[in-house]
Amino acid sequence: MEFTFDNNIPIYIQVLEYMKIYLISGVFKCGEKLPSVREFATTFKVNPNTMQKALAELESMNLIYTERTNGKYVTNDTKLIEKLKDEYAITLAKSYFQGMKKIGLGKADSIKYLEGIDD
Amino acid sequence: MINMKLLEIKDLNKSFDNKEILKDINLSIQSGKIIGLLGKNGVGKTTLIKLINDLLTPTSGEILIKGQKIGIETKKVISYLPERTYLNKQMKVSEVISYFEDFYDNFDSEKAVKLLKELDLDINQKLTQMSKGMQEKVQLVLVMSRNADLYVLDEPLGGVDPATRDYILDTILSNFNENASVIISTHLISDIEKILDEVIFIDKGQIVLQSDADKLRNKENASIDEIFRRMFKC
Repeated sequence: MEFTFDNNIPIYIQVLEYMKIYLISGVFKCGEKLPSVREFATTFKVNPNTMQKALAELESMNLIYTERTNGKYVTNDTKLIEKLKDEYAITLAKSYFQGMKKIGLGKADSIKYLEGIDD
Repeated sequence: MINMKLLEIKDLNKSFDNKEILKDINLSIQSGKIIGLLGKNGVGKTTLIKLINDLLTPTSGEILIKGQKIGIETKKVISYLPERTYLNKQMKVSEVISYFEDFYDNFDSEKAVKLLKELDLDINQKLTQMSKGMQEKVQLVLVMSRNADLYVLDEPLGGVDPATRDYILDTILSNFNENASVIISTHLISDIEKILDEVIFIDKGQIVLQSDADKLRNKENASIDEIFRRMFKC
């Protein structure tokens, strides 16, 4: 996967967003050991310090934890990941409705459009 | 040691024939960072870099590397990529490698060979037979293959295409270790800014800003490139 970054937004925040999606979608599952900072930095093609900052942020949100000398793991709290998923979905839905509102479509009509779209 | 000052510059001035090139430079750089030295053409970036590498003598002030004054000892721990090549272009890449091996204790020739292979460069080729971009890649590989404390890269992206720029950035990223720092001087800010920890803006011989890159983006709500353009609008 090719990661693209918008230079107008702090890079660590963008890495954080990618990481959240990884956790929500189960690329890294609850309780799973995460790759090292360096490995992540190589994957995202970012500075290891930037990666460290993004991981520290995830840790402060309790989404991951550090086991002394052993590396970083995804939280075992499945509810927390579910909550994150829920919040993310709401954000996406809101932005969809906002977009539809701009072109004069209400909620009911917007939902009809959604039903008409195939995967 | 964490937070040790790797490079410290105190009240540095440099003049040529009474023309002040650098004025009252005060700067300190820690280990484990990638730092962008950003400025327009002719503002003193290369002069500052040459002073750090002991190729020029300060008019006043001092430069310390790990607390030591610039000299033979500090040259051992600084790996420098000059703006222009100094290599004999009649040499084959393999000959340049053995030349570096003789010259520097901390040169890792195995690493150099490995990196050159990854970049699809033939070590049996003479430098003259290579394109400018290929020569720049060779130079960068040589510089990054030294186990140094400070890497000073003067315009490493100058003559290369955007795809090669990405390659070069990857090479810098994957080969710098947490005990070392990298200073990259450039005016091609947008190409490089995503890998920078810190930025230093230099203008008319003075340091006008030193900041954490993401903090600056956050504060100004713009890219480093945009902030630079606003600040130095002609």
